[in-house]
Amino acid sequence: MTGRQLQSLLGGLARVLLPVALALIAGAVLLLLLGKDPLAYYGYVIKRGLLSPTGLQASITRTIPLLTIAAGLIVAFRAGLWNLGVDGQFLLAAVCVAALAPALVTVMPVLPAILICFVVAFAVGALWSLIPALLKARHGINEIISTLMMSFLGVSLANVLIKIPFNDPTTTVPQTATLPVEDRLLRLGDTTIPCGILIALAAVLLVHVMMERTSLGMKLQIVGANPRAARHAGLNLQRLTVVAFALSAGLAGLAGALDVLGVHGTIRADWNPAYGILVIPLVFLARFNGYAVIAFVFFFAVLMIGGESAARRLGVPNFFVLVLVALLMIFFAVTEYLDQRRRSRLGV
Amino acid sequence: MTPSSPDALVPADRDGDNEIAVALSGITKRFPGVVANDDISLQFRRGEVHALLGENGAGKSTLMSILSGMQRPDSGRIEVAGRTVAIGSPAAALRLGIGTVYQHVLLVPSLTVIENLMLGAPWWRRCDRKATLARFDELRDLLSTKLEPDAPVGRLSLGEQQQVEIMRALWHGEFVVILDEPTSMLTPQGVEELGTVIRRLRDHGVAIVFITHKLKEAYDLADRISVLRLGKVVGSLAPDDLRRRSEKEVIDAVIAMIFGRAQEDAGLKDTLLGSAHKAGERAALAKDLPPRLVVEGASTLASRGECPLTGASLEIRPGEVLGIAGVDGNGQKHLAEALAGQRQLSAGRIELDGDSIQDLDVIARRAKGVRYITDERLDEGTAAHHSLAVNLVIKEIGKDPFWQQGITKWGKILGHAREKIESHDIRTPSARTAIGKLSGGNIQKALLAREWSPDATLVIFNKPTYGLDLQNTLRARAWIRGGAGAPGAAIVVISNELDELLDVSHRIAVMNGGRIVGTVEVKPGAEVEIGRLMTGADSAPAGGDEAGQQTR
Repeated sequence: MTGRQLQSLLGGLARVLLPVALALIAGAVLLLLLGKDPLAYYGYVIKRGLLSPTGLQASITRTIPLLTIAAGLIVAFRAGLWNLGVDGQFLLAAVCVAALAPALVTVMPVLPAILICFVVAFAVGALWSLIPALLKARHGINEIISTLMMSFLGVSLANVLIKIPFNDPTTTVPQTATLPVEDRLLRLGDTTIPCGILIALAAVLLVHVMMERTSLGMKLQIVGANPRAARHAGLNLQRLTVVAFALSAGLAGLAGALDVLGVHGTIRADWNPAYGILVIPLVFLARFNGYAVIAFVFFFAVLMIGGESAARRLGVPNFFVLVLVALLMIFFAVTEYLDQRRRSRLGV
Repeated sequence: MTPSSPDALVPADRDGDNEIAVALSGITKRFPGVVANDDISLQFRRGEVHALLGENGAGKSTLMSILSGMQRPDSGRIEVAGRTVAIGSPAAALRLGIGTVYQHVLLVPSLTVIENLMLGAPWWRRCDRKATLARFDELRDLLSTKLEPDAPVGRLSLGEQQQVEIMRALWHGEFVVILDEPTSMLTPQGVEELGTVIRRLRDHGVAIVFITHKLKEAYDLADRISVLRLGKVVGSLAPDDLRRRSEKEVIDAVIAMIFGRAQEDAGLKDTLLGSAHKAGERAALAKDLPPRLVVEGASTLASRGECPLTGASLEIRPGEVLGIAGVDGNGQKHLAEALAGQRQLSAGRIELDGDSIQDLDVIARRAKGVRYITDERLDEGTAAHHSLAVNLVIKEIGKDPFWQQGITKWGKILGHAREKIESHDIRTPSARTAIGKLSGGNIQKALLAREWSPDATLVIFNKPTYGLDLQNTLRARAWIRGGAGAPGAAIVVISNELDELLDVSHRIAVMNGGRIVGTVEVKPGAEVEIGRLMTGADSAPAGGDEAGQQTR
């Protein structure tokens, strides 16, 4: 029995490590074709993203919005709702907070101001998902299309807000008023990591616990697994759809607040990091599991930060990180496919 | 399709020495915890109908999926036309001339007959309508049917759709056809037509593997009968044996094989032979009580392809079992859903114990004691990837004791599952096993376990024994007959097996075109009247078009 457990543990590890290794090898081949030294690139990425203190702190800081968005995606995806509009929800909430926070801190202490910002960000994100949610719940309209369209609208509206009503006239480029550094989220100890990381981690873990250990999570899972079974069991599909969307988009909005209040302090026009689109594949790779999401997001943040440094230093374009993620997805899919085939042959 | 004598069934020129089409030797297939096929050796001969009988879980389906290329055996040899082969995929099976017709129709309803038949062609080849039509005509003559090549499949009756499936199975050569429970979805007339088709194919030299658990059909159609039990072949009756013995002798012998003992259990035999209603004893009824359930003029809205309710009315007294008979697709599904609260009425009313309930939702009605056992076990009855334990409480999410202040009590849920596994004899590796991995019969037992409640006031069974083996069919029927464990509840049983309705019901209402066209007290001779109502012989039902399509 222990032999079997060991075997399944090794099998599970192989299913994760094999695709990672294959993706790195394929990436190395591509780098060679580009005339770059793959070992130097990978070494530089790891050194700058993980091993140097400033790099590590930057990587962890980068995980904050990614993790919070991922938490929201887990809720939606496990409820079978493909909320692909997180970028619009994120940016719109971020812009509202960027305009609101500097104004609030002038009239009240920082802590309540920040809490109000969190609530507003969550509400703005959730509100932006309301139209796709209602269309889906009432009329069964495909949420993939409607959330994507709302995302484009959200990003555009955010730009309009920055350039017209929220524009800070004292700067030359259009941007919102800047939140003074001392009013931003506290740092952890003497690092540069904002305490938002704790909120982000808590969001992922709470979502995980909610899905696994509460009645709401169970209802959402049943809706995701088989909507007809949910209807048969008397679950209120329409309300659950709206709730799942609101939680998912609200967390995306919260991610925007954490990014603005913890890192940027202001938003310039045409800034759109498109975190959502980056996180979606990671959430799939983690199979909607909260713990696995934390690992994948951290790995990805290291690649991003290290890759940004490598782009400046070695002349490998920043986009190469995305190429690595794409390769990772492909090799995960291939390993999964081969594993499934092996299993069905064994008749397990 | 009435058997006169065994001689008439097995033509004299047919003996045991027909050419062997497929020979299996020593086929073994293991699944975790089960040996599904244990050293099975069988031969299927050309020009012979070979019936495979056995209870659920006897290994019939596994054997079929090995033959059709869905599964590979762990050991053993398959010879097709004398050549040892490995059947690696369904496509490989088709290339070898082994076609399979599954229990449920697997056609694209929006495409025409001929388009469905062209679907199997390789993607790089152009659809050659002329060649397809030529083959279609050939097979249509062989099957002697009147199928139109350009009729959309969705408009055909289930029997006609099955004929299309048989054509597809024969497409690459008239060699071997496997029929998996082919009569389960058919009307009596459809069964008769299928019998004709099967005999024609047999006379044409096709080897036919006929999987069933209806002994009567096997006896009527088969030239050879093999019985599986617990993964082994426990006995066969060669054409000689079938010819020599009387119907009663054959049936006694087969029953003995199915159950592994010479069992003289009248109930089992009656169920097998479809004469169970003679044995059934119904709970006595207090006739003077006011009705528990009153439905008046219930109507629903239907989407395309469904039959709505068009003013259905019925009454059920406390403790009464009302059977709903009718050809599939005459509004039974909408009736069940309307009663359970899954479907809004567009007109009419539903009263339970004098309170009108037509505006209550599923949960509110469940709180009033309404229970619904759906016939779509996988499509809506369960969330297949979730555990048995979760599926057993899927209608209680958020309720005490399984959830407290919204927190899931996994210990309670698993404990509850273990109790139900024990009390309802659900065969599963564990309570955490995904319910979709269980056999159909065990999924049905789980649904029955979930809906069982002594406080129920209205219990709706939609095809309650479909897919169950004999022992469990008997148990379920006895249980319904005895009031479904809910004394005084009004019970609705929807079924397309008349014999089952006669067995369990006090009265049988017949649905046609979304209405109740008549109600018959169960007494000897009731079948005739029910049959007359079912075929609409003495009424012109509303929505008759649709009904006509289904029964044609």
